Amino acid sequence: MTFYRALLRLFPKSFRAEYGDEMCAVFARELKDAAGPARLVILARALLDVAANAARVHVDITQQDARYAVRSLRRTPGFTITAIVVAALGIGATTSTFSIADHVLIRPLPFAQPDRLVKLWQTQASRGYSRLEPSPPNYLDWKRMATSFTGVEAYSGSTATLLGNGEPERISGQRVTGGVFNLLGRSAAMGRTLIEADLTSAQNPIVISDRLWRRRFAADRDVLGRTVALDDGPSVIVGVMPPDFIFPARDTDYWRPFRFVAQNGDDDRNNHYLAVMARLRPAVTFEQARSEMQIIGERLAQQYPKELAGMGAGAWRWRDEVGRQSRMLLWALVGASLCVLLIACTNLANLMMARALARRGEFAVRAAVGASTDRLVRQMLTDSLLLAGAGGVLGVIVAVVSAPLVVRLVPSSLPIAEIPPLDLRVLLGAAVVTLFTGIAFGVLPALRVCRNADGSALKEGSRGGTGRGTERLRSALVVAEIVASVVLLVSAGLLIQALMKVQAVNPGFSTTNVLTLRTSLPAQKYQLTATRQQYYQRVIDETGALPGVTNAAYISFLPMTMRGGIWPILTTTPDLNSPGGFVATDPRDERSASLRFVTPGFFEVMGTPLVQGRDVAPGDTLDTQNVAVVSQSFARQLFPGEDPIGRQFAVAFAVRTIVGVVGDIRVRGLERESEPQVYLPAAQQRDGQLGFYAPKDLVIRSTVPSFTLIPAVRAIISRVDPQQPISDVQTLDAVVSLDTAPRLAQVRVLGAFAAAAFLLAAIGIHGLLAFTVSARSREIGVRIALGARPQDILTMVVGRSVLLAGLGVTAGAVLAYAAARSMQSLLAGVEPADPSVFAGAAVLAAVMTVAGTLLPAWRAVRVDPLTATRAD
Amino acid sequence: MSPAAPRPESLLPLPPAVFHILMAVAGEDRHGYAIIQEVLARTSGEVRLSPGTLYRSIQRMLDDDLIVETHDRPAPEMDDERRRYYAITRFGKAVAEAEAARLTDLVKLARASGFMPRRA
Repeated sequence: MTFYRALLRLFPKSFRAEYGDEMCAVFARELKDAAGPARLVILARALLDVAANAARVHVDITQQDARYAVRSLRRTPGFTITAIVVAALGIGATTSTFSIADHVLIRPLPFAQPDRLVKLWQTQASRGYSRLEPSPPNYLDWKRMATSFTGVEAYSGSTATLLGNGEPERISGQRVTGGVFNLLGRSAAMGRTLIEADLTSAQNPIVISDRLWRRRFAADRDVLGRTVALDDGPSVIVGVMPPDFIFPARDTDYWRPFRFVAQNGDDDRNNHYLAVMARLRPAVTFEQARSEMQIIGERLAQQYPKELAGMGAGAWRWRDEVGRQSRMLLWALVGASLCVLLIACTNLANLMMARALARRGEFAVRAAVGASTDRLVRQMLTDSLLLAGAGGVLGVIVAVVSAPLVVRLVPSSLPIAEIPPLDLRVLLGAAVVTLFTGIAFGVLPALRVCRNADGSALKEGSRGGTGRGTERLRSALVVAEIVASVVLLVSAGLLIQALMKVQAVNPGFSTTNVLTLRTSLPAQKYQLTATRQQYYQRVIDETGALPGVTNAAYISFLPMTMRGGIWPILTTTPDLNSPGGFVATDPRDERSASLRFVTPGFFEVMGTPLVQGRDVAPGDTLDTQNVAVVSQSFARQLFPGEDPIGRQFAVAFAVRTIVGVVGDIRVRGLERESEPQVYLPAAQQRDGQLGFYAPKDLVIRSTVPSFTLIPAVRAIISRVDPQQPISDVQTLDAVVSLDTAPRLAQVRVLGAFAAAAFLLAAIGIHGLLAFTVSARSREIGVRIALGARPQDILTMVVGRSVLLAGLGVTAGAVLAYAAARSMQSLLAGVEPADPSVFAGAAVLAAVMTVAGTLLPAWRAVRVDPLTATRAD
Repeated sequence: MSPAAPRPESLLPLPPAVFHILMAVAGEDRHGYAIIQEVLARTSGEVRLSPGTLYRSIQRMLDDDLIVETHDRPAPEMDDERRRYYAITRFGKAVAEAEAARLTDLVKLARASGFMPRRA
C-alpha cells in the first residue's frame, strides 16, 4: 500500500485529496483478491495505470487553466499587452545574445571533429609577438618533424582578377596545400576538392565557392571542367563547395594549389605569411601536441640561430582565434541581457502581484468553495506561463529582426557565417528562457497571494488591503530593478566613453574628402617596375586633372586595411648568409617596421605632416640611390637624439638612406600600438621583387564630396587598362570607421539594453507606487480630512520612491564598479570608476524615479477624502 | 440570462470508459469499486476499469454534469465511510442515449458494408 500511495503522488494534490482514499481502497481490494504472481501483475498494472492517467489529469487541468487564463487575460488587455511586451524585451535580448555567443564561442565549427583541429603559430615573445605567421621553411620542417598530427597543412590568402563572364572582378581566395580539404573533412557539393597531385598539375585546378558559382556562372551545372580566365593564367574548375562552407574567411571565393617558389622568398625562414593548421592524432591530447611543438620550435631555433633566435612554435585551439577582447565582450553582453531579463522578470512579478492582489476576492471565493492553495497557485502559474510564452514568441521575432545589427560582433577570424543561424538549438534556448521567465515571475506572486486567500478578502471594507510582507517584497523587487538598471547604464556609459576616446585618437592622417580604391595589378602583366610606373603615372595624372581633385597617390596598402607587412630593420653590413642580405642587429635590440611603397605626394594626399627632409620624388628611380622616408617613431628608436636625415639602414634586401621624416600613422588601427613605418619609392621596387608590396591602393583628396568622383575615376582606370578591375571603393573615413565598427556595435547593443532597462525600471516604479497609492487611498483620504496639506501627501509618496531609488543607486553603483573592473580590458584606458559616468547614471536613475513617481503622486494629491472614506 | 445548456451530442463520441460507467450507474447509485465490478460482470471480464481510469473519468463526468455524487448512504453495517456513491443525472441519461444511438447507427453501417452477418 505504501508503494501505491507513493505512486499516487504523481497525481495533482487536489486530485489526490479528492480520490486518493477511494483509489487506495480499490487497489487494496484487488490486491487482497490476488495471490502469488498475480500480485506482481497487479502492481505492474497499477504502475502503468497511474503513470498514464496522472499525465492525462495534469493535461486536463492545464487545458482548463489555460482556457480560464485566456478568458481572464482578454478582459484586461492593457495589462496583458504590457506583460507580453515586457517579457518579449527580456527574452528577445537574452535570445539574441545567446545566439551570438553560442555561434562564436560554443557551437562546434562546421568541420569534421572540429575540436581536434588546431592552428600552429610561430612565437617571438622577446619582440612581443605571441603569435607570428610561420614561414614556408618552418612549416615544412614542422610537417616533417611533428608526430602529434595526422596532417599539417598550410594556406595563404590571395586575390585574382576574374576575366570574362562580365566585368573584370577582383575576387578573394586562398592558396592551399593538397591536404587542406581532407584535414577539414569537407567534400565538394559538385566535383571534387583539391588533392596533393594538383600541386604539380599543369591544369591549374581551381575549386570555387557556391556564392561565386551562382554570381558569375549562373549556377550552371556544367561548370566543371570549364576554364576560367584569371589575370595570372587560366585555371580549370574541378569543384564547387557547398553553400555553408566557409574557409578560412567569409569572403573566400576560390581555392587553388599552393606552390612554394624560392624566387618569391619562400625559402626565407623570416618570410612570415602562412597560416598553418593540423589535426590531432586520435590518441594525442592538445597539451601533448602543444608541448611537442614547443620542443620542435626550440630545436629549430638551435639549428638556425641567426634566423630563428628567440623564436618558438606553439599550437592553439581554433576557437582561441577569437581574441580575448571579443570573448569578454560577448560574455559581457550575455551578462547585460541577463540583467534585462532580471528586470523584466521583477517587473512582471510586480505586475502579477498587483493583479493577483486585485483578484483576492475571486481567489477567496474559489478557496471558500473548495479550491486548494496549490490549485490556485497552478492557475496563476498558467497565467504567467501563457504570458511568457506569448512574450517568448515575440522575443524570438525581435531576436531574428535584430540579428543583422549584431553582425559586427562576429569576429572575422573564425570560419563561420556572419549572421548566427536561428535553428532548433537557439529556439530551444529561447524556450528554456521563456520557461524560466514564466516560472520566475509567476511563482512568487502566486505563493504570496494564494497563501493568504482566505475569507478576510470577502469581508466588507477589505478592499485593497495588503500585508506588510508583500509590500516589502514588491519594494525589494523595484530596488532590484533599479540596481540592474544602474549596472547597465554605467556599463553602457563606460563603453561610450571608451568609444569616444578611441574615435578621438589621431590616426596620423586626415580623412576629410579622401576617396580610396584598390587596383591590384596582375603580377604577370605588370612584372616590370617601369610598366607599373607608367600605369600609376597615367592614373594619377588623369585623376589629378579631374575638377575638384587636389592630388592623388598610390600606396602598397592603406593603413588599417593591412596590419602586417612588418620587416626586420638590419644593419648596413652585408652578409650573404643572412636571409635579409645584411647583418641583423643585436637580438636584444631587434627593430622592425611596417614596410610600404608609395608614389610621390602620398603624404600630402593623406594629410600626414612632413616633419623633416623631403617626400619621395619622381627622381628616386632604380638608377639612383635607394632612399626611404621614415616615421618619427622610427627616427626616435634608431637614431635617438640625432638628426636622422642622411642616416642609413637596411630593409627589404637593400641599404636605404633616410631623406625624410613624417608623422606616425596608426597602421594597426586606433587601439593597437603600431610599429614604426618605412616608406620606399614605388619606382625603386626592383623587378620581380616583393611583388606583394606593389602599390595597389589609390588615395584621392578632393575639395568635393568623394563619392562624386567614383564614376570618373572608374572611367579613367578603364581607359588606362580595360582589364583592370576596381575593388574596395570607400572613403578614408569609412576605413577608419570600420576600425571602430565592433566597438560601435558594442555600444549600440549595450545602449539598447540600458534603454530597455531604464524604461522597464520606470514602469516598475510607477506600477509599485500606483498600487500603493490605490491601496492606501483611504488612509490618504483620512489624512487629508484631518488637515494634511498636498505637500505632506507628496512627501509621503515621493519620499518612498526616493528611498527606493537611493537604495537601488547605492547598491547598483557598487555592483557597476565590480562589473566595470571585470571588463576593464574593453574600456580602452577609461577608468572603471569614471566619476562622470557614475554621476550620469545617478542622474538618469533620478529621472527614472521622477518619471515613475509623477502620475501616482498626482493621483495621491487629488484623492477625495469623501470618496476614499466611504464604506463599501 | 443563464448560458444555454450543452447539447448531449456535443460530448460525443464518448470515451468507452465513460459509457461503461454511465451504464453501470444507470440502474442504481454505485461507489467506485462497485462500478468496476459491474462493468467487469456486464462485459464478462472483457473490460476492466483501472482505478486511475475510473476516477479520472469520474472527475470529468462530474465536471460535465453526467453524474453527481449522491449523499444517500446504505445501512451503516454495509457502509464504508471512504466510499462515495455516484448517480447518473438527467443530462447523463440523455448523453448515454445519444451515444447508444450513435453506436447503433454505426452497427447498421457495418452490417450494410458486409462486416457483420445480417440478421436472419
